[in-house]
Amino acid sequence: MDQFLQTLMGALAIGSLYALIALGYTMVYGILKFINFAHSDVVVLGAWGSLVFARWAERTAGWSQTPWYLGGVVLIAAMVLCGTVGFLVERLAYKPLRRAPRINVLITAIGVSLFLQNTGQLEAVFGTRPASIPRLVGDRTIAQIGLVKIEMLDVVGLFTALSFMLGLDWLVFRTKIGRAMRAVSFNPQTAGLMGVPVDRVISFTFVLGSMLAATGGFLWALKYSQVNQPADTGWTLLGLKAFVAAVVGGIGNVRGAMLGGLAIGLLEQFGSAYLSSSLSDVYVFSLLIVVLLFRPSGILGSTAVEKV
Amino acid sequence: MLEIRDLVVSYGAVRALHGVSLRVERGEIVTLIGCNGAGKSTTLRAVSGMVRPASGTIEFEGRSIARMKPHEIVRLGMAHCPEGRGIFANMTVEENLRLGAFTRDDAEGIAADHERALTLFPRLRERLRQSAGTLSGGEQQMLAIGRAILTRPRLLLLDEPSLGLAPQVVRTIFQIIREINAAGTTILLVEQNAHMALKVAHRAYVLEVGKIEMEGPAADLAASDEVRKAYLGVA
Amino acid sequence: MSHETPPTPGLVSSLVRGYMPFVVAVGVAIVMQVVVRPNVDPYPAKLLLDIGINCILAVSLTMVNGFTGQFSMGHAGFMAVGGYASGAITYYTSMRVWGAGEARGGVLSGMLGGEGLPWLTVGDGLFLFSLIVGGVVAAGLGYLVGLPSLRLKGDYLAIVTLGFGEIVRVVIQQTSPVLTSAEEVRQATILQLPTHVGGSLGFSGIPYYTGLFWVYLGVCVTLIVAFRLKTSTFGRAFLSIRNDEIAAEAMGVNTTRYKVWAFVIAAFFAGIAGGLFSHTLGVGLSPEAAGFLRSFDVIIMVVLGGLGSISGAVAAAIIVTLLPEWLRGVAEYRMIIYALALILIMIFRPKGLFGVREVWDRATWAWLSRRKSGTGARGGARE
Repeated sequence: MDQFLQTLMGALAIGSLYALIALGYTMVYGILKFINFAHSDVVVLGAWGSLVFARWAERTAGWSQTPWYLGGVVLIAAMVLCGTVGFLVERLAYKPLRRAPRINVLITAIGVSLFLQNTGQLEAVFGTRPASIPRLVGDRTIAQIGLVKIEMLDVVGLFTALSFMLGLDWLVFRTKIGRAMRAVSFNPQTAGLMGVPVDRVISFTFVLGSMLAATGGFLWALKYSQVNQPADTGWTLLGLKAFVAAVVGGIGNVRGAMLGGLAIGLLEQFGSAYLSSSLSDVYVFSLLIVVLLFRPSGILGSTAVEKV
Repeated sequence: MLEIRDLVVSYGAVRALHGVSLRVERGEIVTLIGCNGAGKSTTLRAVSGMVRPASGTIEFEGRSIARMKPHEIVRLGMAHCPEGRGIFANMTVEENLRLGAFTRDDAEGIAADHERALTLFPRLRERLRQSAGTLSGGEQQMLAIGRAILTRPRLLLLDEPSLGLAPQVVRTIFQIIREINAAGTTILLVEQNAHMALKVAHRAYVLEVGKIEMEGPAADLAASDEVRKAYLGVA
Repeated sequence: MSHETPPTPGLVSSLVRGYMPFVVAVGVAIVMQVVVRPNVDPYPAKLLLDIGINCILAVSLTMVNGFTGQFSMGHAGFMAVGGYASGAITYYTSMRVWGAGEARGGVLSGMLGGEGLPWLTVGDGLFLFSLIVGGVVAAGLGYLVGLPSLRLKGDYLAIVTLGFGEIVRVVIQQTSPVLTSAEEVRQATILQLPTHVGGSLGFSGIPYYTGLFWVYLGVCVTLIVAFRLKTSTFGRAFLSIRNDEIAAEAMGVNTTRYKVWAFVIAAFFAGIAGGLFSHTLGVGLSPEAAGFLRSFDVIIMVVLGGLGSISGAVAAAIIVTLLPEWLRGVAEYRMIIYALALILIMIFRPKGLFGVREVWDRATWAWLSRRKSGTGARGGARE
């Protein structure tokens, strides 16, 4: 029973992380109809950005113990950084290719991804050695159920992820800009006829997705003691799994991404705990292949017939 | 109000419009008729900015709009109901209607127009919370026009409103078009159903293979032998 | 244009009909090994070898990405499978039969020495056999992966192939250590041996058969097949799929069958390239050989050269192999430069350097002198 609860906790934690990152993939796919391979590199940027900023803050302020609000400030800084990068990437690399065949955009996305990774690895930027973020959240155990400890860190992480997801849901479904986003994702041309400034909405979507990625990166850095170099394959795997989550939930569907993230988290954690842990990646990819073959529209997606 | 001069539009290497000129005066209903592929929809698309002309001028209330983007043109007081309705099937009827008012911020005016649209199309009131994709063709057309009402345009571009609709529904739609015009909206109507179009319009143009072949008061064109033979199915 | 009446000739027979080009291929390969290699320093010779292997990879990926417009991102997976399979065959057969795992090739094999050796030996036969088996295994995997996946649309196929490459990598990582003593090898059953390919530590000890002869034989055969594929009825079918899949389907082209065929053939040659790679002196075969970084390397070559241009792929393979040499001084920035080049090419020259055309088509160079024609419609084609 204890193992079950522990695994469940882990699944919720990592699942919410996947969900945050999956939201970025799904929003960009929904609005521009392509898979932004460079998204995972924005997550890395979020993680490293948080790390660097937190360390710098610590050094310059000379605190003996980090104040409680530093976490929030670091997160906002990371979001601003990633939002800006996302905006620039969209404007400079993707916008010129709005009418290009899909294969070209995919390749450009790969190019952007490689660019971000390798620029991040330069010594002048983040370097190639792993690092860790200073303690931003207290090291307390909040509660204990049986042998299962509920850490402050997990609670903060889950709370942050959930509030962002709820916030996004509110934005997309209950506001004017959200309607505009959904209109553009359905048909950009007609949306333009409604007076929706399509380019600006697309940029906005990108920035939002990047900010969510920043949050994902920030939470990752908090949770794991070591943040690896930008080109480490672990990051690409993280991105891929989040992408699988988006597909499983129904690509282009915001609530689907949240559901998918949870599903992948559960699959991965329970698979590792009860079957074999070294094959956790294989479970996730196998699920992707199964979904694509039998229900490509995902859990919440609707099968759209391609009009000729 | 709207002045088009020598408009040339190409899709890649294919030239769709070979120098079209027409004008729409305030308060009129002007119709553009012609068979499939003549370039009627292209003309509307050029006006609303969906397609950039190769050459020629388009002036709306004295302002040149040929190089502007659609969302900028709409803000000037124009609305375009595109071919195939263009409703957003991923949103509810209510959300579709609200999108029509995207460029406006006068809450009272929006509420009034909202009421007006639902009064004109009572069937939409019943279906406000339904997904727009589940509506019938006729209802979707009503939604598209209702949405256009919420834009409160001074000029409304209608692209083939009768397409795929049952005759009774078509009559209703055209009746409403008359009402909207009477309430002060100028209309440029593109139609394949020449019969209905010529009944409702003040003036008409006949477009054939990218060129204006005839123009004049609608009644005159409806009576002309040429038009009757070619478009009204009268031997 | 002549109208081909059905039934169309079988794919394999149309590819191997006419043996003259293959004879020429053997000739070229022999010249490379016997004339070029001894007269060139070891380092440039190694570069020539690398260029050859990259050519095979690039041309084989062109068959999928270029000809049919599908986007496969797991090409390295096929290469790795071929490399591991052929490596296991040569290594363990050598151990079983001769008790030791070193190469027993003739003059035409390997990159070193060769005086006094016969032209071809039994060892060479073993190597050729293992290469082909490696290719066939990769092709079989290509069929398994391709058949279900090629029904998917572009983006999804890309992800599935990416996932495939990763699965191959992870699975290889799970394998057991290589058996190093002849005793162990003799005692193990045939089915057990393939599982002992080193896991994450890599497969070391594969005999060094690869030399300029084998590589350039492979290059020539790949080129012959690729050209025949492109100019045959099949090539036209591929191109029709690439241009508009739905229209092709409506014309009666069984798109899935052709896409799968292209996939399988490409996988075969990737497997061959893998086999050549794993038997090269100084190379360490590891699970990373199946990873997406390696797949990206090949994708960069194909994109640079032009999606669909065979000669373009060759040119790009040469450039990409030599680039690290030229960029020695700025090694840190190499990948960044690649990445920027990729982005810029996609924006300004989206069809790659040569597009679908070959280097010798005059139209390829026309863009240098052609002025931009008039504005097109912003809206593009109707929805």
